[in-house]
Amino acid sequence: MEIAVISGKGGTGKSCISAAFATLSEKIVLADCDVDAANLHIMFNPEKEEEQIYIAGQEAIVDYSLCDNCKKCIDYCRFDAISYLNDKIVISPVLCEGCELCMRVCPTRAIDMKQNDKSRMHSGKFRNGIMVYGRLAPGEENSGKLVNMVREKAKLLSKSHNLKTIIIDGPPGIGCPVISTITGVDKVVIVTEPSISGINDLKRTIELTLKFNPKIYVIINKSNLNNDISNHIEAYCKDIKVEVIEKLPFCSSIVEAMTNCKSIMEWEPKSKIANKINMAFKKITNN
Amino acid sequence: MQIIANPGIKKTMKIAPDKSFKIAIASGKGGTGKTLVATNLFYVLKKNIDNVALVDCDAEAPNVMGFYNNYKFNSDYDITLKAPVIMKEKCNFCGKCKEYCSFNAIFLIHETIQVVYDLCHGCGACFFACKYGAIKEKHLKLGKVSHYSNGKESSIIESRLKIGVLSSVPVIKASINESDKNQICILDSPPGTSCPFIQTIEKADYVVLVAEPTPFGLSDLKQSVETLKTMNKKYGVIINREGIGNFDIYDYLKFENINILMQIPFSKKIASCYSKGDILVDFMPELQNDFLSMFNTIIN
Repeated sequence: MEIAVISGKGGTGKSCISAAFATLSEKIVLADCDVDAANLHIMFNPEKEEEQIYIAGQEAIVDYSLCDNCKKCIDYCRFDAISYLNDKIVISPVLCEGCELCMRVCPTRAIDMKQNDKSRMHSGKFRNGIMVYGRLAPGEENSGKLVNMVREKAKLLSKSHNLKTIIIDGPPGIGCPVISTITGVDKVVIVTEPSISGINDLKRTIELTLKFNPKIYVIINKSNLNNDISNHIEAYCKDIKVEVIEKLPFCSSIVEAMTNCKSIMEWEPKSKIANKINMAFKKITNN
Repeated sequence: MQIIANPGIKKTMKIAPDKSFKIAIASGKGGTGKTLVATNLFYVLKKNIDNVALVDCDAEAPNVMGFYNNYKFNSDYDITLKAPVIMKEKCNFCGKCKEYCSFNAIFLIHETIQVVYDLCHGCGACFFACKYGAIKEKHLKLGKVSHYSNGKESSIIESRLKIGVLSSVPVIKASINESDKNQICILDSPPGTSCPFIQTIEKADYVVLVAEPTPFGLSDLKQSVETLKTMNKKYGVIINREGIGNFDIYDYLKFENINILMQIPFSKKIASCYSKGDILVDFMPELQNDFLSMFNTIIN
């Protein structure tokens, strides 16, 4: 069973809640799919048993010995990635989407493609099972495909090690890596916070998630920061028949736990908040 | 040009008067306080400069307008992608368009040909490839760019991704291009270090990274700094929620010789103020000078 933890807004506490879910009694597979800001490996320091290269697309490069500055490539590029600067053709690696059209239209064959191969996927044992995490190299793209690769690996490992539950820590937003994170998962936990931004992002995240038909659960984190908005979120969820399974109060020990590289379940297993997270997880896995 | 700010602050801007100066507010980790900084910096600057714009580049989770509901809607327009439509009566299933597509967006088996629009980047390679004139193009809606203003020249430009669309990049690009006529632009960037972040930063003259002093915050800050180094950008750091976590971030910033532009303490008052969509400097006027002096550091 794949359980994805996401949130439209960043910083609502996704990773801390995923970490807590990952350290309840049962051994699990943990997949960190927040590939451009992967953090759970810092907390869990998994063994690096396997490393795989991820090809994050490609970019066009010019061979100036062949280029005759005809500028045909500039006319064809739809991403404004090619310009004519100081008497030569310059391709911006940032704007280039790697479509190869410039390479194909070039009459002198002066353009070639270079693969972006600095991103990695790691997997290995950690203290409560197996962990898979992707790390997108700075500035590289196609994060959605790396998310797919991490999920595939997590599924393989869950079969080979006979671990039933996969916990996926997702990225923020509603774009391509999020869509890759929730496509086909069994359950989605959306972590929100009671703020104007939080509720707006929650609405957009629910609307996106509904397109994929998983079971949806909402957790309102830091609920006591604004009780009015917190109640408003509950009412909204009730209206659209999405279950709010837990309201977690703001709690400084979650940050303390993280600073000490522990989940809240490991740091203060007997605390009220640990108990609430435990109950929430039982509800998620049992229905 | 001169900006006459609050008493005691009077600076000359060393920027070209005819060019727009863009400051991006960014962070690797989500929820570190980007929007808090962007909305407050805009608030402080527009008291002093006429022609300032705030651009919400977080098209996946646009939240700026939650803080400026006194701004009135002006206009909006759709951002689209030119995607192929294959006219089956003209197609002879040669497969050249599929071969030219670098994104595997064209699916062909025998005499069945289909475009997977979610994968299409709108590059036009298939259109170029087809020798039978069997491909025409249609506009696919990706999102919206909206303009808001408060009657004066100050304006807010919001990018908003249509739900279910994969890439926010074209929408972000369009929103930033719209702000070119403003002299100072504040870009509220999306989180992370991949395409949406890069597209925002690419246009920025200066990047303010907002980070929190926790292990996760530091790890993401390092990733952002590495990205900015490869892009040769000028940048500095705001430490938000100062007081939580640990001191590792200070060692890192010292080691890397990165300027700390400002520190915002951790307080429930700030969190509660932000949660309601209020502007912080209204409640903590002492921060106003911090924002202004940060701005002066940036432009000089």
